[in-house]
Amino acid sequence: MTGRTPCTGTTLGSIHEVRESLGSVGYIADERVAGVVYLADRLHKPVLVEGPAGTGKTQLAKSVAEMTGSRLIRLQCYEGLDEAKALYEWNYRKQLLRIQAEPSAPSWQELEADIFSEEFLLTRPLLEAIRSDEPTVLLVDEIDRVELETEALLLEVLSEYQVSIPELGTVRATRVPMVFLTSNNTRELSEALKRRCLYLHMDYPELELEREIVLRRVPGIKEELADQAARIVRSLRSLELRKPPSVAETLDWARTLVVLELDSIDAATVRGTLHVLLKYRQDIERAAKELLAADA
Amino acid sequence: MLELMSGFIGELRSAGLPVSLTEHLDAARAVHHVPLEDRDALKAALGATLVKSGAHWPAFETAFEVYFSPRVVDGDATADPEKSAHRAATPAVGGPAPMSAAELAAMLLQAIRQGDRALAAALARAAVDRYAGMEPGRPVGGTYYLYRTLRNLDLEGLLERLLDEARREKELTVFEERLLADEYRVRIAALRNAIEAEIRRLLVADRGAQALARSVRRSLPEDVDVMHASREELATLQRMLHPLSRKLAVRLGRKRRHRRRGPLDFRATVRRSLSTGGVPVEPRFRHPRPSKPEIFVIADVSGSVASFARFTLQLVYAISTQFSKVRSFVFVDGIDEVTHVFDYADDPSVAVRRITAEADVVWLDGHSDYGHALEEFDRRWGEEVTSRATVLVLGDARNNYHASGARVLEELRRRARHVYWLNPEPRQYWGSGDSIVDEYAAHCDRVVECRTLRQLERFVSDLA
Repeated sequence: MTGRTPCTGTTLGSIHEVRESLGSVGYIADERVAGVVYLADRLHKPVLVEGPAGTGKTQLAKSVAEMTGSRLIRLQCYEGLDEAKALYEWNYRKQLLRIQAEPSAPSWQELEADIFSEEFLLTRPLLEAIRSDEPTVLLVDEIDRVELETEALLLEVLSEYQVSIPELGTVRATRVPMVFLTSNNTRELSEALKRRCLYLHMDYPELELEREIVLRRVPGIKEELADQAARIVRSLRSLELRKPPSVAETLDWARTLVVLELDSIDAATVRGTLHVLLKYRQDIERAAKELLAADA
Repeated sequence: MLELMSGFIGELRSAGLPVSLTEHLDAARAVHHVPLEDRDALKAALGATLVKSGAHWPAFETAFEVYFSPRVVDGDATADPEKSAHRAATPAVGGPAPMSAAELAAMLLQAIRQGDRALAAALARAAVDRYAGMEPGRPVGGTYYLYRTLRNLDLEGLLERLLDEARREKELTVFEERLLADEYRVRIAALRNAIEAEIRRLLVADRGAQALARSVRRSLPEDVDVMHASREELATLQRMLHPLSRKLAVRLGRKRRHRRRGPLDFRATVRRSLSTGGVPVEPRFRHPRPSKPEIFVIADVSGSVASFARFTLQLVYAISTQFSKVRSFVFVDGIDEVTHVFDYADDPSVAVRRITAEADVVWLDGHSDYGHALEEFDRRWGEEVTSRATVLVLGDARNNYHASGARVLEELRRRARHVYWLNPEPRQYWGSGDSIVDEYAAHCDRVVECRTLRQLERFVSDLA
């Protein structure tokens, strides 16, 4: 991989620097997150981010793109995603048109060379990211949604940063994109994929970190209120819930509290706004019972 | 450094982490890019390249603490502010005259109440110094020292005292008290970790990393033996079960939908070919609809195997959409149907907890009697087992020398599609003492050793 331009426009100096600049675009990262981002830049390796929903996995990729001034290319995965949607596709309608448009048929060699040229190639996110000349961050979102077989599509892109197109040859990246893959862990990813990536497990943040995130992302919130909110969310997470509140929901809740113009949170307030944090009826009942000692 | 890395990776492999050669190389390259004196950065670098699953992180952390433990040398200046603060506090605490037990307890109380981490860390050292009674070269594991220290500190009581104090100061609502208790709990857990780390550090200094690593090694959660798991391990397993069953359900659901062996769908193929000028470029297939099996789970819930039965039931119910019907029966020496408990519960884990309270499973003395339970099953529900049914029997087949009732199993096998037996005991114990699993095995399609979550998962996914 020598001789290639580094992933991003600006080279990241140190872990500390990464952390600072992520902070400056509004993403509060801990040492580990910053460390992995820094290594990904240095080692030219994709990062596989795994963890529960709503802990800022996708946001990390977006923030890194913003921080480095790169273009963000996003591939949203879903069941049934295939080569034609992820890598490239021949525009065969246009090819048919081209063949039919020429009344005096040219020689087959000529025609073949013509219809399998770049003009008839539809680039999809992965190829797009590889061919891009500007600094790029590629985000492959929710990779666990595709089937195991489709995962193999990514392997060449992720390890060699190239795409082989039989008719055109191999397209190599002139500038290695920075790649983030996110997974909600609904299934085990293949060993081959994991081996090629740096792994980052994102869990719910510690109290101090969450408080800082709330303070940063919710305009007009007082420090005391943010602290109290973070504490209550931590207690909620310690209950056995079907879906513990995510960071995104904490932020929603904090915004709600600001809108309600509250200075501090008491049991009644929590009871009234619990539905912002918890999305299952059983969870709300359980939280009300255990935390607030109130009957639902 | 390279040598240390190889040792470390060897240790990870013996703990069961699948570390490949590529990952080893990656780790070696990653280490070049981080300042070696920064322990957190080193940990991040090694963690990102070597650990590829969130569940493996604790095992990694333990090994890391052992191999890269901070060697505190007095007079050594480090840039780490926390460490220097902790050293500054040391002379006051662990000075020449060690403080009394009462003083230590009082200071601990204060440290936890104020959330003073530097003080707590220093106190952890003092506590280990005082209570662990560590002797160089003594071949006992770290858990022994930890137990001794914790017994003397009485952390549970500490929490109570703190809460009492808070209550005395002002009236607390349930809500406030809960928040306060959670805060203290976190601080106490941190203290416990500090004590553990301190013991580990002293042990490494005494015995060297490699010898120690073997004694503190933690097995991965999926490899923990369910029958002999500690309470803490069981809690971890319980937490893992939820994502595991979700994964299993997703995987099985996909497997079912994506088998492409259905017959050609002629209509759809022709219609599709219109967009390519009548050439059928993409043939279309009908979706196959494989039949779903009916499951009968018959589980022994007597003391020794109860937790295993609970895990299995929970897992089977979590993927119950994969079966056309699931019926469950639990027994000790009597047998009772518990299907309705699951039908009315939203969450299988809640239902499993209710089983013990609601099912009527004791007939005579509350010792497992497979013979009687099977005869009863045959008498009351035997008729309902048809050729679409798969019967799962869970238990260690330790029958307390009662009659085996193997006849019933033979009968069931003739009628049902499959009869499987899951045994949570290690294979080498089968047939020893009062275990008569071999007698039953003659009438089962398969007898499976199922001691860990990993084995259980594999069996259940084969089933659907």
